[in-house]
Amino acid sequence: MKSESTILEMKSITKEFPGVKALDNVNLKVVEAEIHAICGENGAGKSTLMKVLSGVYPYGTYEGEILFKDQLCEFKDIKQSEDLGIVIIHQELALIPELSIAENIFLGNEQASKGVINWNETISKARELLIKVGLQESPNTLIKDIGVGKQQLVEIAKALSKNVKLLILDEPTAALNENDSENLLNLLMELRTQGMTSIIISHKLNEIKKVANSVTIIRDGQSIETIATADITEDRIINGMVGRSLTNRYPERQPNIGETFFEVKHWNTYHPIQSERQIVKDVNLHIKKGEIVGIAGLMGSGRTELAMSIFGKSYGKKTTGEVYKDGKQLDLSTVSKAIKEGIAYVSEDRKEYGLILMNDIKENISLASLNKIASKNVINDSKEYVVAEEYRTKMNIKTPSVNQTVGNLSGGNQQKVVLSKWMFSEPDLLILDEPTRGIDVGAKYEIYTIMNELASQGKGILVISSELPEIIGMCDRIYVMSEGQITGEVEKANATQEVLMKYMTNSRG
Amino acid sequence: MNSITSLLKKNLKQSSMVIALVLITLLFQVLTDGTLLKPLNITNLILQNSYILILAVGMVLVIITGHIDLSVGSVAAFVGAISAILMINMEMNPFLATIICLAVGALIGAWQGFWIAYVGIPAFIVTLAGMLLFRGLTLVVLQGQSIAPYPESFQKISNGFLPDFFGGTDIHILSIIIGVAVSLILIGLEIKGRNNQLRYNFEVGSKGLFYAKLVAIFAVVNTFTYVLATYKGLPNILVILFAIIVAYTFVMKKTIIGRHVYAVGGNLKAASLSGVQTKKVTFGVFVNMGVLAALSGLIFAARLNAATPRAGNLFELDAIAAVFIGGASAYGGVGTVVGAVIGGLVMGVMNNGMSILGLGIDWQQAIKGLVLLAAVAFDIINKKKS
Ligand SMILES: Nc1ncnc2c1ncn2[C@@H]1O[C@H](COP(=O)(O)OP(=O)(O)OP(=O)(O)O)[C@@H](O)[C@H]1O
Ligand SMILES: [Mg+2]
Repeated sequence: MKSESTILEMKSITKEFPGVKALDNVNLKVVEAEIHAICGENGAGKSTLMKVLSGVYPYGTYEGEILFKDQLCEFKDIKQSEDLGIVIIHQELALIPELSIAENIFLGNEQASKGVINWNETISKARELLIKVGLQESPNTLIKDIGVGKQQLVEIAKALSKNVKLLILDEPTAALNENDSENLLNLLMELRTQGMTSIIISHKLNEIKKVANSVTIIRDGQSIETIATADITEDRIINGMVGRSLTNRYPERQPNIGETFFEVKHWNTYHPIQSERQIVKDVNLHIKKGEIVGIAGLMGSGRTELAMSIFGKSYGKKTTGEVYKDGKQLDLSTVSKAIKEGIAYVSEDRKEYGLILMNDIKENISLASLNKIASKNVINDSKEYVVAEEYRTKMNIKTPSVNQTVGNLSGGNQQKVVLSKWMFSEPDLLILDEPTRGIDVGAKYEIYTIMNELASQGKGILVISSELPEIIGMCDRIYVMSEGQITGEVEKANATQEVLMKYMTNSRG
Repeated sequence: MNSITSLLKKNLKQSSMVIALVLITLLFQVLTDGTLLKPLNITNLILQNSYILILAVGMVLVIITGHIDLSVGSVAAFVGAISAILMINMEMNPFLATIICLAVGALIGAWQGFWIAYVGIPAFIVTLAGMLLFRGLTLVVLQGQSIAPYPESFQKISNGFLPDFFGGTDIHILSIIIGVAVSLILIGLEIKGRNNQLRYNFEVGSKGLFYAKLVAIFAVVNTFTYVLATYKGLPNILVILFAIIVAYTFVMKKTIIGRHVYAVGGNLKAASLSGVQTKKVTFGVFVNMGVLAALSGLIFAARLNAATPRAGNLFELDAIAAVFIGGASAYGGVGTVVGAVIGGLVMGVMNNGMSILGLGIDWQQAIKGLVLLAAVAFDIINKKKS
């Protein structure tokens, strides 16, 4: 074995945004051919640190030094860091849906001579790269036709094509299911044996434990410590992140379950464009007052489509079935009707479907319930401010002011804004679609606490989640979906990962 | 220290368009040896630009929702033509005719809004078609000729002034009174706003700066009305314009409808999942644009005292330019009514100043093009810096 040599050193990095000191004297040392994890709460400054490293925030906009292979680096843009082999895959994927896999891999780095693209070379090189990352797809397939898991692999293939020495992955598995995550992590470990160094940011501590050689903890913009391989345990990481140990991942709760108040009967939904394709097939479900009900299922099993179609036919117009609340049949043909009937849906994709990024926090929180802070259609600004402040405190949204633009918040804090918006609509039934995606352990606990609180007020909660431990830990009853159908219904007492997995992969149709 | 500079920067950004307007006005005031700000010329400036400003107010809503409307010039011409048929050929009561014309504008807006909001055809295409369609129909209605003259009472919209009940001889007393009243109301609103902000511990500017602002508001408004009062007083059109600006600013800033318009432009999908009826909002914005385009056409016809086939030519471009100079984003979600009006005034002052200087239309157009580019570039570079 080669002796350990440092490939990257970041020294006393400080980065300020107006009103926020995102990084305060952060130090980071990464050893060659290791997988180095960075952990920290939402808004701790992880993404910012990586953006400094990769030249997204150019030299001069931060203080401190970056040494890559003992060479002082002053990147003016991403191109310069890429030339040295530092490649970042951002929290949000940056692929172009309408272009093919091969075109995306070589985007900005086209295989061309004198400006004319050599397609044969493009395709054959892309094919090699796809084999390397273990993706069995034709290079000509369009990005929009493959799932997020495969897209993530394309991102890595793209990085490899740039001769990457140091690969940075910002929450690469946040949107992936367990299988895809596992694939990706195995690939990273495989690449490590070939000498590639990577930095990975993730809130999934079990994954970190599995792959990381060392973990650097960042808290409130400061580097707290670096944990060596032998000492990496989930508890140890949590301890560093939040400054205390978290004995329980799921808050205590005394379920107080009343009678059934919400029922969905014979629910069918078809694809909005290919109208013969049935996405949800004859689903029946019910929710009791004060009950937390989970929906487990693989990606593509129709969970999100089910939820969105109930929420005002937001998924395609061809939807049939009946919904009853307190025995009365509901008209849920539009979102505003659904909101009026006391239903709220927190989308899994907060950027696309949940937030108006250019608007500030208070405008986002009030958007779905403007009539609550208005009289005769005129908005009461002071009331809006007070409400937003109330949720900022209650949800612990880390930001100097509710006038902050939502696009400037860290991912986890954005999620809390979306949750605030829907809590403010005071629903009777809250549908949560992957509510803890990209959220740190502490904030997860907070969100679980809020769910419990709502349930204890007699509201119904329907949670869609790909994280089985979360579903098992939180729910009183779990429906399992597979290929658009409900294949199983499991009480809390009987819920184990094995049972759920069995139903998840079982198709009756 | 840090907070002062950041506050200054923030204020500077918000008022950069005002500063640009002031600078351009001063520049032409000097270049024209003081002709620009003579009472007669200010009155002219208002009369000449009113129809563009009204279009800009409608256009800023369209652009905030992320669309564009290329048809407004043609729609203005078409409605002007119809008004001539009604009032001149059929001798209809001008008031009734005006109502009908505004309704026609609403119908046209509904027609275009239907294709855009409910069928999903891009606004660029629908309104490009509308631009050709209504220009063509204008020619059909007018049979290629101008129709004139309008009844006296209708011309008053554009050429009339507020009567002076106080019988001032050299000076229009009612105008002075209105000026004082308006400036006091504005100052009252400023103080109320600041007190509100203080109550919620917002960052506010220093007291000195605030008082300076109040004095400036008082001085500017009253100087303006005083200068107009020494000529013929406040033009009717200024009153209409003022009412429109106040009403639309209020709607966009303070009401649910306004919030929904911004939400649709900011993120259509998120807005729709928050219960905003995005199609209705888009449709409504185009209906509104149709009505304002009709109003603009009427005012233009009244001013020319004729309906002509070439009326409203290139109005759409002036209105769109005004909106972008006023800080709206081409991607939607951003823009203000006041900004659009200031943008319109920038264009108006330049047109007027260059005409006084005797610059030909050719150079005027070229210079306006450069100013549009410079203004937007300045805004974008400014945003990137912060
Ligand atoms: N462009 C910006 N303008 C202002 N503040 C910003 C900007 N980008 C980030 N911040 C702030 O800097 C802090 C760190 O953000 P960062 O995105 O690095 O957090 P993170 O550790 O990646 O969190 P998460 O786990 O939620 O992704 C946050 O408080 C955030 O609000
Ligand atoms: Mg992040």
